[in-house]
Amino acid sequence: MNKLEEKAVSLLQSGVKLILGYEKGDKGARPFFCHTPEDASKLIYDEHATTNLATYILKPELMGHDKVAVCATLRTLRAIAQLASENQIKGENLIVFTITEEGNGDVKEFSGIDEINSYLTDKELEVAQLYKELDEKLSGMSREEKWSFWVNEFSRCIKCYACRAACPLCYCTRCITDVNRPQWIDPWPSPMGNMEWQINRVMHMVGRCIGCGACTKACPVGIPIGYLSRKMLNDLSEEFGYIPGQAMKDGNSLSTFKPEDKENFIH
Amino acid sequence: MEKRYINKEGLAKWFGSILNSGKRVYAPVRHGEKVDFHQVHSLEDVAEDYIQTTLSAKSVIFPRAEVLFSYKKDNKEVTLEDFNPDSVPETVIWKIRPCDAAGFIPLSDIFNGGYDDVVYAAHLNKTTLVSFSCAKADDFCFCTSVNGSPGATKGSDIQLTILPDGGAIAEIITDKGMALIKSADDCFESAKDEDKSKYLADVPVYFDLNTVHDKLKEAFSSDIWKQQSERCLGCGACAFVCPTCACFSIEENSKGSHGQRIRCWDSCGFSMFTQHTSGHNPRSTQSQRWRQRILHKFSYMPERINDFGCTGCGRCSRACPVDMNIREHLTSIVK
Repeated sequence: MNKLEEKAVSLLQSGVKLILGYEKGDKGARPFFCHTPEDASKLIYDEHATTNLATYILKPELMGHDKVAVCATLRTLRAIAQLASENQIKGENLIVFTITEEGNGDVKEFSGIDEINSYLTDKELEVAQLYKELDEKLSGMSREEKWSFWVNEFSRCIKCYACRAACPLCYCTRCITDVNRPQWIDPWPSPMGNMEWQINRVMHMVGRCIGCGACTKACPVGIPIGYLSRKMLNDLSEEFGYIPGQAMKDGNSLSTFKPEDKENFIH
Repeated sequence: MEKRYINKEGLAKWFGSILNSGKRVYAPVRHGEKVDFHQVHSLEDVAEDYIQTTLSAKSVIFPRAEVLFSYKKDNKEVTLEDFNPDSVPETVIWKIRPCDAAGFIPLSDIFNGGYDDVVYAAHLNKTTLVSFSCAKADDFCFCTSVNGSPGATKGSDIQLTILPDGGAIAEIITDKGMALIKSADDCFESAKDEDKSKYLADVPVYFDLNTVHDKLKEAFSSDIWKQQSERCLGCGACAFVCPTCACFSIEENSKGSHGQRIRCWDSCGFSMFTQHTSGHNPRSTQSQRWRQRILHKFSYMPERINDFGCTGCGRCSRACPVDMNIREHLTSIVK
């Protein structure tokens, strides 16, 4: 029995009803809901475990009122920290543990959100290779060229909303795209409507996105949508001292007002 | 059905003659790692070396969004402009897979069963399907488990099986198909005595479809729906890439005194799909919505239209961000 399985079995035998983890799937690791000690042997943890499990934590139909444990990757930890800072997670029924990066499969259980936050302080958010390539490609473009690049990319959007569903921070009970009185955003794909949806999504995520890339990975037609949020993270870091991948300590940059905020951007 | 042979040069010439005839031609086009159907203007645009397009060719006949009618209000006078079937151009879908061509059969049963949906029928009647049999398949393909095969001709007007010399065996299945080769009759030769089956991919049979159908009759209250759907995120990717998913919503594009009524793809996987105005939702959980997806395709459709709502193309499994593999779920239902 490996350390992950041992941990899962002991949790399930001590009152935890569900462990959110990963099992082997056709495309590498996939999310796995482990309910019994017998199933614990199916749990795996490797570099293919890319789905952000925090997405499931806010679904009452899955979580119920029982104690739940999450086998969290760095991505999931970041999302949990951010969700906690937005008062979306109540700690008492949630146990979070991770497999430490040292490579010997050691399991580390967190005592609470504070410990998760301090664990994350020295974990730099990596920039995906795809985003580096895009940086290079877009940096040489004029405003107009960038605009037409994104209009062209978004023209392939089919509005399946997989990006929304996969994002751990997209948790509105009624998304603006589903509001139809008035209909803010075209429900069908259209050049303007697609742009509206994606701009809305990105702006809604500024200062909240933890850069996990779940949106890009979920997009069935392969639009690199996470790049925009990643770009915003960098801008925030420059303007507000935000550290990409970590929860904001005192509120989200774009939805927090302080009397001493500089106003030199207003002309 | 007639069988002919066409050599490599003949194929290019025939394709050119189709383009020159003024017909719209849709074919798989590569965009980065993805291949999808787009309008093409030369044979060079057509993608090679891929297993399956991300989206099916469904949208050519059942568009993602389609204007049913437009209206204009002028004081109390209302003018309607109805959908005009004559506005749909003659179209050819080139290099469609047999599973995609087969997908138009249940789709047509849904839209044209009992009476013809004018809009759908206009597209269908003007579209000719040239399928290419499959020489390659991947682990997501399971056509042979759902009454299909890499060389199935059901739904196609013409099927080509590409030969090692770059030429093809052409099977002309329908009158529409015959009309399409008439434009370049001299490109075709009489059929060689060759069996196409040796050029087809080997797709194993994973489950017995009739057993799935029988098991589902008793499965409505089963726990499997919750077990299978726990990881489902509730996005619409599976429905939107599917060649047979037909659910739609009717949307209003209203701009004050004028507007349009638009038919848009929808998905039974969305929680909003069954949300009532009262706030009540008869399918309030994802497990209920997943059950609906499977029962609709493998239980309700065979009973209503005598055809299954799945052609084994595997797109939903490829597109799913959390690896909801339909073939695996169906196999586990049989067990």
